[in-house]
Amino acid sequence: MNISRKQFLKLTGASLLTLSAGKLWSALAYAGQAVRHPVQLIRGKQLAMLIDTRKCAEHPDCTRCIEACDQAHNIPSFKNRAHEVKWIWTEPFENVFPSEETRFMPAGLKERPVMVLCNHCDNPPCVRVCPTGATWKREEDGIVMMDWHRCIGCRYCMAACPYGSRSFNWVDPRTALGELNPVFPTRTKGVVEKCTFCPERLTRGEEPACVQACLAGALLFGDLNDPASEIRKQLETQRTIRRRPELGTGPNVYYVI
Amino acid sequence: MFMLEKAVVGSRRYWIWIGTLVGIIAVAFYFYLQQFNYGLGITGLSRNVTWGLYIGQFTFLVGVAASAVMVVLPYYLHNHKEFGRMTVLGECLAVSAVTTCILFILVDLGQPMRALNIILYARPNSMMFWDMISLAGYWVLNATITLVSLHATQKGVAPPAWIKPVILLSIPWAISIHTVTAFLYSGLPGRPFWLTAILAPRFLASAFASGPALLILLCMLIRRLDGYDVGRKAISDVAIIVTYAMTVNVFFLLMELFTSFYSQIPTLMEHFENMYVGVGGNSSLVPWGQSSVVMMAAALLLLLIPQTRRNERTLVLACILTFVSLWADKGICLVVGGFIPSPLGAMTGYVPTLPELCIGAGVWAIGALMVTVFYKVALSTAVAARADFAHGPATVKEAA
Amino acid sequence: MRDRVWILLGLGAFLLLLTSPLWWNVRARAGLKGPDLVLPADQKDCVLPAHEMNVSHMQLLLQWRDEVVRQEIHSFKAYDGKVYDMRLSGTCLSCHEKAKFCDRCHSYVGVKTPYCWDCHIDPAQTRPALARRSPQ
Repeated sequence: MNISRKQFLKLTGASLLTLSAGKLWSALAYAGQAVRHPVQLIRGKQLAMLIDTRKCAEHPDCTRCIEACDQAHNIPSFKNRAHEVKWIWTEPFENVFPSEETRFMPAGLKERPVMVLCNHCDNPPCVRVCPTGATWKREEDGIVMMDWHRCIGCRYCMAACPYGSRSFNWVDPRTALGELNPVFPTRTKGVVEKCTFCPERLTRGEEPACVQACLAGALLFGDLNDPASEIRKQLETQRTIRRRPELGTGPNVYYVI
Repeated sequence: MFMLEKAVVGSRRYWIWIGTLVGIIAVAFYFYLQQFNYGLGITGLSRNVTWGLYIGQFTFLVGVAASAVMVVLPYYLHNHKEFGRMTVLGECLAVSAVTTCILFILVDLGQPMRALNIILYARPNSMMFWDMISLAGYWVLNATITLVSLHATQKGVAPPAWIKPVILLSIPWAISIHTVTAFLYSGLPGRPFWLTAILAPRFLASAFASGPALLILLCMLIRRLDGYDVGRKAISDVAIIVTYAMTVNVFFLLMELFTSFYSQIPTLMEHFENMYVGVGGNSSLVPWGQSSVVMMAAALLLLLIPQTRRNERTLVLACILTFVSLWADKGICLVVGGFIPSPLGAMTGYVPTLPELCIGAGVWAIGALMVTVFYKVALSTAVAARADFAHGPATVKEAA
Repeated sequence: MRDRVWILLGLGAFLLLLTSPLWWNVRARAGLKGPDLVLPADQKDCVLPAHEMNVSHMQLLLQWRDEVVRQEIHSFKAYDGKVYDMRLSGTCLSCHEKAKFCDRCHSYVGVKTPYCWDCHIDPAQTRPALARRSPQ
């Protein structure tokens, strides 16, 4: 057999490619094993939250919603503020609504603590910029969701978010966690995380952890697309504002000031 | 195939330089392993300033990579023969710069093992996806062009005809890589410092000033070390290109300052104030911002005055000032400045840590090593073939 | 031909090194004994037949992952008709003890699990009382 070295290498390469193509195909197309029963999907929802900052302000030292979220989702608490991870937290009014600030304001309003979290925007810039689809807007309920298996930790979404809602795991979060809540995974270093409106609780028919924990009734959660929902009624009867609506993001967290 | 045998023959000085670079890379590798195990918390980044040294350096080096077009375009489209001895050096620089860009992105990832997700789960709505495409494509283009040119020179023949369309493609592609990189920033609604249409033109102008400035410095260096002379006319023509680009860049900066300060809109002004004057007790960027502006002005002056531009000593100074001022402006002030203040008004500072600096230095050292090896191969090839590249790669008109 | 001795010695050393996994285990009397797996006491059926789980539990877990996270499908109907929640810690580990089942086989075979456990929690590691909870 008179085969040159070049031809031999070409043949070997082609064979390897063919063999690996089969393996690649089977890896990509694993067969499902059994019939699945999908949870009934109600399409057309846009879940939203209404936060009454007046009710919040009546309890200035209350952190129930934050603690409930932290506990439910194994959110680490770092002493080093540079590495902090937070899904819901308070910010002074002047930081949250800089355009509402005037020279003369009612007493206490400027510093009033306002709960801030991911706004689950209608037109989220973070979803637009994510290169892997690790964050996306769910069609069924409008939640801007996170897939921590896919996130490559590029932090482009953090640059894109106009609200500062996202946190990054700069180190292993388990180093700043005590007892773990086994019902919900922790995340690992190198991925971005944020509030996801508790879909793991929604499928069980429960409200998000923060909403359930609030004793002052300051947090209202519901479907904007349902005309009979409580949140719709509230929005249609009292004046509410949102954070930076002029950016066209369409935030779905409303505030009563 | 890669003619690397030419790179393993060198003087003592050559090997000391290679050894130094390898040493820096080894240290960087050690610190990168630490970062890989511990997480990006080893850097000075924080919840508010999420991109810093790595992405800043990537942004600057994309410009350097794109700048090869400033030499390629006149030579191949306009038959500017004087650049004949320079084009391959520019292309080698481009490949090395793109490699460092890709490396800076990889070291910045929180989950680098998942980097291929950007291809597996491609999302064309993301500018980062297009950045990956353009950087990868530019790398392939320039690597091909460089290899083919060197091989042709070694054999003493003109390069094959098919390389011409490839070279022509690299010209708009070079513009695109830096435009796409600017798009990463200029389409974000929450970052008013970057949300400006002039960001992409500003990027290109600073790229076309800093890249050719570096090329001039490298050409003068190899003339001194190796005797390979690209020609006085080539140097002075590239110096003119640097001058124009620097003028446009400073002009664009002044445009930005006018819009921000004449409109008196706080969200526009505060980023510049933070960079140049220091606001709210936070002045970590001020030394970089101020020195960048001073150096830019000095460089522009030296470049505009014909006597100082033609004098090689002052030209070298002008090129160094150009390169360093734009490196400070783009590599540090631009990226970090966009995050300060944060969307909630926080003025969080950013200071890179020692591991971060070492990793950054290591990536730069990889680029320098690539440039060194490429140039060694290119110059040895030229000497061995007794050619000088001037008659090597043919132009479009000649091929027709 | 003075080097013949050294060549043969070198070859011998190389062969010894090459076949070391084989004779080392014989010497250590490792034998054909498999991993010492502790099966769940109360449950006999898994979501798939045991042999299929053995072969393709990894693919099943990836399928569950994608369906739960990206398609919001939460229930899985097993081959015997029972419906399970698609959860790694909540369902799989409610029957199996990770340390005595999963880890033992994995370390015997020498297969490192992917990064699952960086995030997902082994209930036995936090609260032992929850280790044998039924699927939610």
